[in-house]
Amino acid sequence: MQNIPLSFVFFMLIGVSLFFYFYSKNNILKKAAFVGQRSKALPSHYGQQSFLWAFIPSAIILIFLTIGGPNYIDQLFYNKIQELNPKLNQSFVSLILAKVINVSNGKIATADEKILSLASDYKAALDQLHFYRGLVVILCAALVGMFVSSLQSPRANARENVEKLIINIFFVSAVIAIFTTGAIILSLLFEALRFFSLYNFFNFLFGLHWAPNVAIRSDQVAAAGSFGMIPVLVGTLLISFIAMCVAIPIGLFSAIYLAEFASPRTRDFVKPTLEILAGIPTVVYGYFAALTAAPFFREIGFSLGLDVSSESALAAGAVMGIMIIPFISSLSDDVIRAVPQSLRDGSMGLGATKAETIYNVVLPAAIPGLVGAVLLAVSRAIGETMIVVMAAGLSASLTVNPLDSVTTVTVQIVSLLTGDTEFDDIKTLSAFGLGLALFFFTLLLNIFALSISRRLAERYD
Amino acid sequence: MIRKSIQSRRARETRLKIYGITSICFALIMLATLLISIGLNGYSALQQAYFKVDISVNMDKLVDDSGTINKNKMNLFNWDGLVKSALREFFPEVKERNEKKELFAIISANAGYDLKEIVKKKALGSGSHTLSVWLHLSDDADQYLKGRLSIDIPEEDRRINNKQIAWVNSLVERDIAKLKFNKTFFTSADSREPESAGILGSVVGSALTLFVTVMFALPLAVMASIYLEYFAKPGRITDFIEVNINNLAAVPSIVFGLLGLSVFLSTFGLPRSAPLVGGLVLGLMTLPTIIIASRASIRSIPPSIREAALGLGASKMQAAMHHVLPLAAPGILTGTIIGMAQALGETAPLLMIGMVAFIIDIPTTFTSSATAMPVQIYMWSDSAERAFYERSSLAILFLVAFLISMNLLAVVLRKKFEKKW
Repeated sequence: MQNIPLSFVFFMLIGVSLFFYFYSKNNILKKAAFVGQRSKALPSHYGQQSFLWAFIPSAIILIFLTIGGPNYIDQLFYNKIQELNPKLNQSFVSLILAKVINVSNGKIATADEKILSLASDYKAALDQLHFYRGLVVILCAALVGMFVSSLQSPRANARENVEKLIINIFFVSAVIAIFTTGAIILSLLFEALRFFSLYNFFNFLFGLHWAPNVAIRSDQVAAAGSFGMIPVLVGTLLISFIAMCVAIPIGLFSAIYLAEFASPRTRDFVKPTLEILAGIPTVVYGYFAALTAAPFFREIGFSLGLDVSSESALAAGAVMGIMIIPFISSLSDDVIRAVPQSLRDGSMGLGATKAETIYNVVLPAAIPGLVGAVLLAVSRAIGETMIVVMAAGLSASLTVNPLDSVTTVTVQIVSLLTGDTEFDDIKTLSAFGLGLALFFFTLLLNIFALSISRRLAERYD
Repeated sequence: MIRKSIQSRRARETRLKIYGITSICFALIMLATLLISIGLNGYSALQQAYFKVDISVNMDKLVDDSGTINKNKMNLFNWDGLVKSALREFFPEVKERNEKKELFAIISANAGYDLKEIVKKKALGSGSHTLSVWLHLSDDADQYLKGRLSIDIPEEDRRINNKQIAWVNSLVERDIAKLKFNKTFFTSADSREPESAGILGSVVGSALTLFVTVMFALPLAVMASIYLEYFAKPGRITDFIEVNINNLAAVPSIVFGLLGLSVFLSTFGLPRSAPLVGGLVLGLMTLPTIIIASRASIRSIPPSIREAALGLGASKMQAAMHHVLPLAAPGILTGTIIGMAQALGETAPLLMIGMVAFIIDIPTTFTSSATAMPVQIYMWSDSAERAFYERSSLAILFLVAFLISMNLLAVVLRKKFEKKW
């Protein structure tokens, strides 16, 4: 069976749809002339109607077949291999299937007759799928296009119909945001539930020991992995706390200065420069933390007679703080400038100095917004990944000493999921447990932050 | 007494100002430290130590009967031996086996492979040819020549011993070895040997990924913002969409990586390490940013424009598509550029979907294995070799320069198209 490549199908689909665009556009004029009256909409609207109807359903079928088809064939062959060797366990069957697939697309060679015959079957099935995919998609486009364009009448207002259709497409793209959130929650929840079926939920939530080393063989003496997330959580909070100690005072004072004291020229220079700090990728901060800041803190600690770990929480936290400064300063700047000028004028009119006005009038008025900004910054610090992956440690020790090495939720997720991993492994699944915890924690912080800062807007409207 | 209190009140104001100025200075100094320290680390990677050898190749052994170069014969030919014997001619006193090993350690382990590629590119005719080629010295010799390996520490702790230093120095004295512009860094992909590693593979990977991101996120974001601004009926669904968009903008990027891993890779069965998947994940991640920017841009177009169109008989859709959208386009473009800059610097989600693999080929399609620039930086700074650090720093300099110019472009575009209505 002939293999029809995806790109060919796609361009054919566009070609067929375009054909119906021009066909309907011309045809409606003929129809209108036949009826003896002008069409209700412009000819191009009838063209658009045919184009969209020919294109969209076929494109959906194309995407569906392209993603679902190979999965279905894999499932078929998985069952087939299992039937041939009923004694094999699941992971071996997947292994053989992977080998069959690699042989069929020529990535590896083999002399095994069985695998060779399976591979040629697999290739044939895939070719068949691709052939029918092309056939179905193009036929569908042609049939729907013909159907729609033959039904078009100059008395029907094609513009209204097209616009309704387009509004629906727009609606679907707006709903993608809901889909994404839903997909995040569902996928995290699904994998996390599989994890909790293997590991007790409460032990995960309140356990004091995190050591995800699972025995490779079941008869091994090595410790069964333990997944208590408290040490990981404490490490995350410790590093975030250090970051906030750096970022909150510096960010807030910069914002106060920029909003209340700075001349427009200083503002024009400082604000974009701080934005550069915000635009630097986190991997760069990670590099800086691991190769410059950590040795620097170690040297200082050494000269003071302190033992500083080379992956100290202090270095990671301090650099993270620097990263968050522009975030806090620009948010707080907006909040402080949103405080109505009349409040300041009133305070100054009563004889208060500028500093007194700021401390006693502006800041209290801005407090909800400032708290919101800080909470958003905390949520960012908790979710920040690259700095801690590069500069914080891997071993989870339950400590609040900033000179020690601690680990964070994101570090654990990265270390558990990079490299080739089996999906039913408890280690892999535990990463999704952590991911779920991270998602809900940051989500709560964000919702809380938004609801707090919304209060400010309500007060002065 | 009053004067005194005024004094202390003034002092309070001065203190507040000083706090502000100190904070800003601290932030600016940190920015400068960051960039300068990385710059100092990285500038030396622009150069690489090369050595020159004269090599004679007999092409008759490498071509088919028809005269074209035979790939198999090329691969089987002992290029390493050719380079090594040429190197030994400079140091005839080296005879012992161990000593030879030490000598060969000062040139790149890929020198033979590089020579083969040079010969392939030259397309020599039949017969014997003598070539004078520049090949890489090893990363340790390179670091030594750049003064990056301190020779004060005891010999056994060093990556390069005294004998090797003497050989390298003698090559330099004879003008056979020298630092030249590091072309390899810009023309090749990753490698186990620092001297043959380059950023081109990851740059192409990033470009492919970003292309998918734009093609995915921009149309969706524009359609969603037009819907939300002009067609959405106020109600629960619309509120829910808005809440979701705002929350998605603040979800940690690694969570999008987890989503990509469990939905795109394990449910849909899309290929691992592919720019296609990376682009989709980054697209979902930047979607809220672009939607928020596009909505702000659409909202800044005065209602009078839309009302005039509606008054002349345009439908709501025509008013939005023909009149508002073209005027809002510069703003949407700025938002997109900022979103793309964010996506280009993002690393964590790409780690989750396996774009962290070691890949020596330059990717060519959206489904071939690839890595991206920030991931390459991460991998290099994790390596043990000192020479990878400087490459990592240089890659950072390029990435940051590119990101800053993207942001500047956004600012310039905003200034240029900004209209006071």
